[in-house]
Amino acid sequence: MIDARPASGRRLEWQVAVVCDIAVETPRVKTFVVRVDGWQGHSPGQHVDIRLTSEDGYQAQRSYSIASPPEDELIALTVVCVDDGEVSPYLHRDLRRGDKFELRGPIGGYFVWTTAAGGPVQLIGGGSGVAPLMAMLRHRERRDHHERAMLLYSSRSVEEIIYREELAAMAGRDPDLRIIITLTSQQPERWAGYGRRIDKAMLADVCFPPETNPRSYVCGPTPFVESAAQFLVELGHDPLSIKTERFGPTGG
Amino acid sequence: MNDSPISRGFRSPRQTDNLGNRIPPGQYLTRDFPVLSAGPTPHRSLDQWSFTLGYDGTLLDSWTWSQFQDLPQTNITADIHCVTKWSKIDTMWQGVTFDDLLRAAGLRAPPAPYLMAHCDGGYTTNLAVDDLVGGKGAVVTRYAGAPIEPVHGGPARLFVPHLYFWKSAKWVRRLSFMETNKPGFWESNGYHIRGDPWKEERYDGD
Repeated sequence: MIDARPASGRRLEWQVAVVCDIAVETPRVKTFVVRVDGWQGHSPGQHVDIRLTSEDGYQAQRSYSIASPPEDELIALTVVCVDDGEVSPYLHRDLRRGDKFELRGPIGGYFVWTTAAGGPVQLIGGGSGVAPLMAMLRHRERRDHHERAMLLYSSRSVEEIIYREELAAMAGRDPDLRIIITLTSQQPERWAGYGRRIDKAMLADVCFPPETNPRSYVCGPTPFVESAAQFLVELGHDPLSIKTERFGPTGG
Repeated sequence: MNDSPISRGFRSPRQTDNLGNRIPPGQYLTRDFPVLSAGPTPHRSLDQWSFTLGYDGTLLDSWTWSQFQDLPQTNITADIHCVTKWSKIDTMWQGVTFDDLLRAAGLRAPPAPYLMAHCDGGYTTNLAVDDLVGGKGAVVTRYAGAPIEPVHGGPARLFVPHLYFWKSAKWVRRLSFMETNKPGFWESNGYHIRGDPWKEERYDGD
């Protein structure tokens, strides 16, 4: 985990984001596509901080992963509505096209994958943890990259699969990409895929062999990431090749 | 901040308890204990655990787990602030203060002004000695009256609550003094070299 780079010493300034589009992904998830003039670009896997300001000057900040690839001009933020949250319910219920809020980033230089990395890559996402992994997959496709890649995506039900159609289309276009979905709570009739939480046997089935030195990216709720990363280690994957991003229960 | 766009309909939360002065800018209160780390959680058995103080490649002192338990133990109650925006108040820890570690190693004064914390899993973080002495820093082994779970940094983590919580490195094994301040893991990946939550030193250049 030693990707050290010199500090730039340049402050990440707050910038104004203008909402260009709002897409309903699932009943609890929306993607907000924003334009930030003078945006410096990002790497797939990075996140941003956003800041809301109320009329009486109160401010709240939260971090959200970028789901769009660096090749896009606009930035897509995929946000789960946390019912008792402070920021996400506002974004979901009140935010309209043309509205503005503040944003700064990109943040995080570690949970990042670009096509320059080489070798197979395996992405393991739980719930909305798929968002930064989607930035990686979109980047991969835009660069016409043909190293092997795999996404194992754990969702409670079909209805809760984020980017469902885009993922299906992507897998259909790209023979070097495998997308495997496991539905942990509700499976449709005649569902032929996995229907359980990610476990060691499933990872042994779908992951690249450790000898091929895949890079692993695991993102999701804490217990999901803890167990998936632990299984990967037990299956013989080098702990230093496994990068994790945990979404706490209070992402609100 | 006068030019921040106003979010119509966004309101400040009703403050039910009077905590305003305990929550640094941009933070919010949580009752949970979220987890953040960059890789898999290492699981280190206690008989393979040791804790080391070093300086410039020289071993200053080293303790096994049971020796470490015999060092003076201090109870600490403090608020903690994670750079990902959550703050948690009145957390209770037990461990050995940095001052007591220096004493146990027979050091009258710290040999250098900075140090790097090295952890199982390869994580590092840099600290100024000034941020650890005078009771400001410790190596803790118990949380809320029980051994710290591996996911929260057990068997032992650094505890420097007046800085953002990434400085309280999980799974800490070695503190190495250094003459100049060098960035650790997150500090090399876009985060602030010191990380004072009250100055909102989140990212490089803040």
